[in-house]
Amino acid sequence: MNIIVCIKQVPETTEVRINPETNTLMREGVKSIINPFDMYAIEEAVRLKERFGGKVSIVTMGPPQADSALREAISIGADEGYLVCDRAFAGSDTWATSYTLAGAIKKMGSFDLIICGKQASDGDTAQVGPGISTHLDIPQVTYVKKVEEATDKHMRVERMLEEGYEIIETPLPALLTVVKEINEPRIPSLKGLMRAKSAKIVILTQKELALDPQQIGLCGSPTQVVKIFTPQPRAGGQMLSGEVSDIAKKLVDLIKDEVI
Amino acid sequence: MDYLLTEEQKMIKDLAHKIAEEKIRPVAAKYDISEEYPWDVLKVMAESDMFGLFIPEEYGGFANSVMNLCLATEEFSRACGGIAVCYAASALGTFPIVLFGTDEQKKKYLPDLAKGKKVAAFAITEPEAGSDASGIKTVAKKEGNHYVLNGLKHFITNGGDAETYVVIAMTDKTKGARGASAFIVEKGTPGFTFGKKEDKFGIRASSTRELIFTDCKIPAENLLAKEGMGFIVTMRTFDMSRPGVAAQALGIAQGALELAVKYVRERVQFGKPISTFQGIQWMLADMATEVEAARGLVYSTARMVDAGVKDVSKESAMAKMYASDVAMKVTVDALQLFGGYGYMKDYPIEKYVRDAKITQIYEGTNQVQRGIIALKLIKEMAK
Repeated sequence: MNIIVCIKQVPETTEVRINPETNTLMREGVKSIINPFDMYAIEEAVRLKERFGGKVSIVTMGPPQADSALREAISIGADEGYLVCDRAFAGSDTWATSYTLAGAIKKMGSFDLIICGKQASDGDTAQVGPGISTHLDIPQVTYVKKVEEATDKHMRVERMLEEGYEIIETPLPALLTVVKEINEPRIPSLKGLMRAKSAKIVILTQKELALDPQQIGLCGSPTQVVKIFTPQPRAGGQMLSGEVSDIAKKLVDLIKDEVI
Repeated sequence: MDYLLTEEQKMIKDLAHKIAEEKIRPVAAKYDISEEYPWDVLKVMAESDMFGLFIPEEYGGFANSVMNLCLATEEFSRACGGIAVCYAASALGTFPIVLFGTDEQKKKYLPDLAKGKKVAAFAITEPEAGSDASGIKTVAKKEGNHYVLNGLKHFITNGGDAETYVVIAMTDKTKGARGASAFIVEKGTPGFTFGKKEDKFGIRASSTRELIFTDCKIPAENLLAKEGMGFIVTMRTFDMSRPGVAAQALGIAQGALELAVKYVRERVQFGKPISTFQGIQWMLADMATEVEAARGLVYSTARMVDAGVKDVSKESAMAKMYASDVAMKVTVDALQLFGGYGYMKDYPIEKYVRDAKITQIYEGTNQVQRGIIALKLIKEMAK
């Protein structure tokens, strides 16, 4: 089974600073890590490879330093890494990113399965995975918490819902996005780290991918960030006291006055 | 302080650090209470190739390096001295085979130990033979192609959980220390059973048991080195393993220091974090300096061993003695900085005091270490 895992390098801290002029992330001085949800995607891919054979290829779009994220993925069992890197891709929103990654995946060759984390910890959009499947015109199953059954032709998975889960069967190739309940990512081995250190990372630029210039980077991005701000904290609540029946009456009055 | 570690050594240290923080620290208190053997953590160490750090590549390991062992043991011990010793004790049981095994013995035992499929243990101590190893009563009698072992070992770390044991027994009682020999004994050999498991003050995640040999017949090819070399095997093994014990002590001290620094920055008294008080600061400064001095001694000794320096008895003894004395002092001071909270089991620091104590005792008490050091000094002067 040939599996492609799409990962994103994100700042480690959850307190991301925003450049107030450009409204983009300020990455300086913040340690970069693999998006935590993507770690589950990598682990699941490696487990499937260990069961069925094949290979796990990792792809990420980002600046040259995203190379380290690909090597980390290789240290925990992935076979190869592709870095989609070009100034032409800078400023991509989720639509342009998924278009570009889909283009890279077509270039990477045949695959049976694509796995993504359910969302990135910095943007929290959960749109790139589904976007890739749309661009590649393959089925997608989001929020997968368990792979129940898999062959080279189809897959049956449990998909997490807010209350309970549903079981979905899909033909392959397909795209899954996974939640943290699916597995526990492994710690790298020394041999894996050694392999990762010397692994060759393939760099894919716009020259190799030859994508539609109108659909990539900032100009291919329909989303325009107008303003980013921290919402004002909510004002403190009002405490009601007295007998329960009085409180209930006061509460009903307050609700009537305020909202309805 | 920068110890100018190689890329590979940094990789080992970082990986061990990750294992310690993600897999050891969260379960340290649990195993301290339950006294169960931490197989789940050892499995992670095994999958990360940690058991191969002290075994040569040709036998499935990573490199035979005491420095590697020290870096990993130090990091593990920062999080839990008990879990760390399960690992380090396997190195202790493995070294005699690495040092004295024939090619066949190495091929038979080392690959499984390197992959962590099996854990090893070293057995010399007996109820009446602690620091005075010449008091060993366990005997090995040659009968045809076998040796027959009879006797009792006690206080054996990894006893019962290890699969591969190196056991010191007397093959010729009349020769005293020169009558001891070393044997590889596998768990499950008829006549080899386990006695009581000790209820310990510290390092409670590790198992400490009696080994009982009752007409235990082992193949003659399980003799390590030659008959009569048991004490040489032991001394050479301890020269290799003492830096590991020193690294365990160092890690315990470092872990306690880190917890203490974190705590004094958070603890507010008289309207200020107690880290702003000079009395506290001076304690921290002494603790940190002593830990760093211990690290210098441990790493230097480990590097000497790896470089093949023949006689490292004095330096090994110094590293073990000094690092464990520092561990004891620093953990007690760290508990003091936690004040009343430090005395409570709800806080992690009291465990460090309990875990530190054994490092002054095992693999030769610190009094024995001082004896080794002094004797060397006097001999050197007499040359």
